[in-house]
Amino acid sequence: MSDTPLNRAASATPPSVARKIRGLSDRAIAWIFVGPTIFLLLAINIFPLIWTINLSFTNFRANRPNREVEYVGLRNYERILNDSDIWLNMQATAHFLFWTIFFQVLIGFTLAYLINKKFKGNDLWTTIIVLPMMLSPAVVGNFWKFLYQPQIGLFNYIVAFFTGKEPSSFEMLGSVDLAPWSIVIVDTWMWTPFVMLICLAGLRSIPDYIYEAAEVDRASKLRQFFTITIPMILPFLMLAVLFRGIENFKMFDLVVQLTGRGPGSTTELTSINLKREAFEKWRTGYASAYAIILFVTVFGLASIYVKALNKVKER
Amino acid sequence: MRNFVSGLLCLRRGPWEIVATVLIALGVFMLMQPFVMWAFTYSFITTLVGTVMFIIVSHFPE
Repeated sequence: MSDTPLNRAASATPPSVARKIRGLSDRAIAWIFVGPTIFLLLAINIFPLIWTINLSFTNFRANRPNREVEYVGLRNYERILNDSDIWLNMQATAHFLFWTIFFQVLIGFTLAYLINKKFKGNDLWTTIIVLPMMLSPAVVGNFWKFLYQPQIGLFNYIVAFFTGKEPSSFEMLGSVDLAPWSIVIVDTWMWTPFVMLICLAGLRSIPDYIYEAAEVDRASKLRQFFTITIPMILPFLMLAVLFRGIENFKMFDLVVQLTGRGPGSTTELTSINLKREAFEKWRTGYASAYAIILFVTVFGLASIYVKALNKVKER
Repeated sequence: MRNFVSGLLCLRRGPWEIVATVLIALGVFMLMQPFVMWAFTYSFITTLVGTVMFIIVSHFPE
């Protein structure tokens, strides 16, 4: 027998263990390998989900664990779905989701298209553009708080330069009309590079010979863009929208650091409201029902989206 | 239209998935729209029915 690492490991296995392993079927060995992962998945994902569904029908409060838990049926769901404040939070989340995804896709794709052209300093610019997404959301939140300062903030001065207004005449974080846009701007600034990177990967995966064939057929640049570039990059764009959509639906840290859900509750997204219900008011049963509503919404949307993505890929 | 209805009656995946997708999209719109409160109230049940339906009908034959 040759002295390979595999043979050395085999000869080091005690004969009793070796006999047991030799007696197992391939299926049993496969289960031994997959078993721990399935166990972890059940323990970390599936069990908490089922437990949350169970809690959503109770009046359980995590700060009073010894109190008797009562089953309240669908009362938690009923209260949430008739609460006008939660309805407003949903609208704030919808505004945030729609505009961040719109701007990130638009700017991200444009940047990727430009970066994909060969020019001097191409790599340096890619690195600089990607920097914001490497920062911690807490840092970005604090950093933009200073930029939005009406007296000393750079953002106000730049807007004032272009519009001719007084820099201190408007307050991005303090105004009911402007605060929802302030979080959209910061999230766009931070996560556009992510969309850009996905689009760049898509653009670089398009083979040159397709464009060369189009050139031979005398297709204009605009026609090439709409009939080659856009259809071939569509699965990548859809993937970016899926990732950003799910992430922004759960957005918490950045907004808490930046506006602290204010002014009033204008920028109180659903995840912030959920955290308050669960860990400030300690209404665990109610918060569980709230979490289930959000989960079903994201799950439903993601299901149809993945289906659409697969259809686009099959084309 | 006739194909769609016969697909529904024969329990085919395609048309049923369209119904489930429309329900999910409608439910999400109802959840986040700023117009009427009753739509918000019934949004969850619409999305839930759509999602459960989507999971079931994705196992139907083509």
